[in-house]
Amino acid sequence: MSWEDACIGALRAAEVDLVTYVPDRVLGPLIARLEGDDAFTVLSAAREEEALGIVAGAYLGGRRGIVLMQTSGFATLANVLASLAVPFRIPIPMLVSERGTLGEFQLGQAMVCRTMRPILDAIGIEHHTIERLDDVGFVIGRMLDQAYSTQESAAMILSPLLTAAERAGPR
Amino acid sequence: MSGAALFSGSEGRADVEVLNRSELTARLVAQLDDEAVIGGIGNTHFDLWASGQRPENFYMLGSMGLAVPLGLGVALAQPQRAVFVLEGDGSLLMQLGSLGTVAASGVCNLAVFVWDNGSYQITGGQPAHTARGLDLVAMARGAGLADSTWVRDAEHFDELVERARQRRGPMFACARVDDRPPAGVTERDPARIRNRFVDALRPPARGTPARRRIGP
Repeated sequence: MSWEDACIGALRAAEVDLVTYVPDRVLGPLIARLEGDDAFTVLSAAREEEALGIVAGAYLGGRRGIVLMQTSGFATLANVLASLAVPFRIPIPMLVSERGTLGEFQLGQAMVCRTMRPILDAIGIEHHTIERLDDVGFVIGRMLDQAYSTQESAAMILSPLLTAAERAGPR
Repeated sequence: MSGAALFSGSEGRADVEVLNRSELTARLVAQLDDEAVIGGIGNTHFDLWASGQRPENFYMLGSMGLAVPLGLGVALAQPQRAVFVLEGDGSLLMQLGSLGTVAASGVCNLAVFVWDNGSYQITGGQPAHTARGLDLVAMARGAGLADSTWVRDAEHFDELVERARQRRGPMFACARVDDRPPAGVTERDPARIRNRFVDALRPPARGTPARRRIGP
């Protein structure tokens, strides 16, 4: 089983069927699989904030969604998380492919990556970094369950330790 | 007037009547039944609040520019319900890409009404790009929302609201409005706003086929 398979299994089990994203090479194979699966509605957004807004609105209307993005996209989200997700108690699951570490070639990406966990901690959003294939289904499944039970957002971070092994070349 | 202006919806920003946001909001609400309304940040949701606090209203206490994405999410969750988004010109300018996302989504039950007063009224009336003639209707058309129009007058506004209630496709309408202050101020209680809205929109029990049915 690939990490993409494990992600999709966890989403199905939690009845998450709306996916919004901003394109990313690492997440590309997962997005392609989701787009080819009639059980999911998959929407490309122009900005990550917008992608979060859509999933927030869907939740208010009774539908579960998740936002897919790269690390640098997360860096644009402090306002929407602090002013919409937290005060209105809207659980917004985020699946973030981690870039900016373990072989990053752009200083700007490395710097942006260093802001991610401090921002999550400052806003009080649960986050876990997934490094091993065996952990994917468990971590995503448990984090989704907790997000909906507690009505808090959650960030599931996919480490290069998990995702890089299957990639053929450099980004 | 050019020949092209004879066709419906071809008016430009300079051709339409300047209306009042509080009055238009009240006119909208008077026509509604169980439709959802998302009130964008600032005076837009203040006037929605002042119009009577329907439980199907949601008030954006922050997150400038995200009224359209939020409304799109509600529309995707509940295709049988018409969803109205009310947004200011300055706010929409922060998230123009969302118009392209609405067009790409294929939803039929979302209507975006924008109040164009040419300014950032709530921060002191500094001019927005719309004051120089930036045409948000042209931008919406360019984003793929074919049913985009300037609101000619109050009667035209009523017609557009009635058409939007029928969920025949995504609609975008922009009304020029004056700079009078809002008719009230929203009570800033996010928990109450959220719970009232969720309860009012509560769909059938989880796992039923209705929840799974999506899109037009």
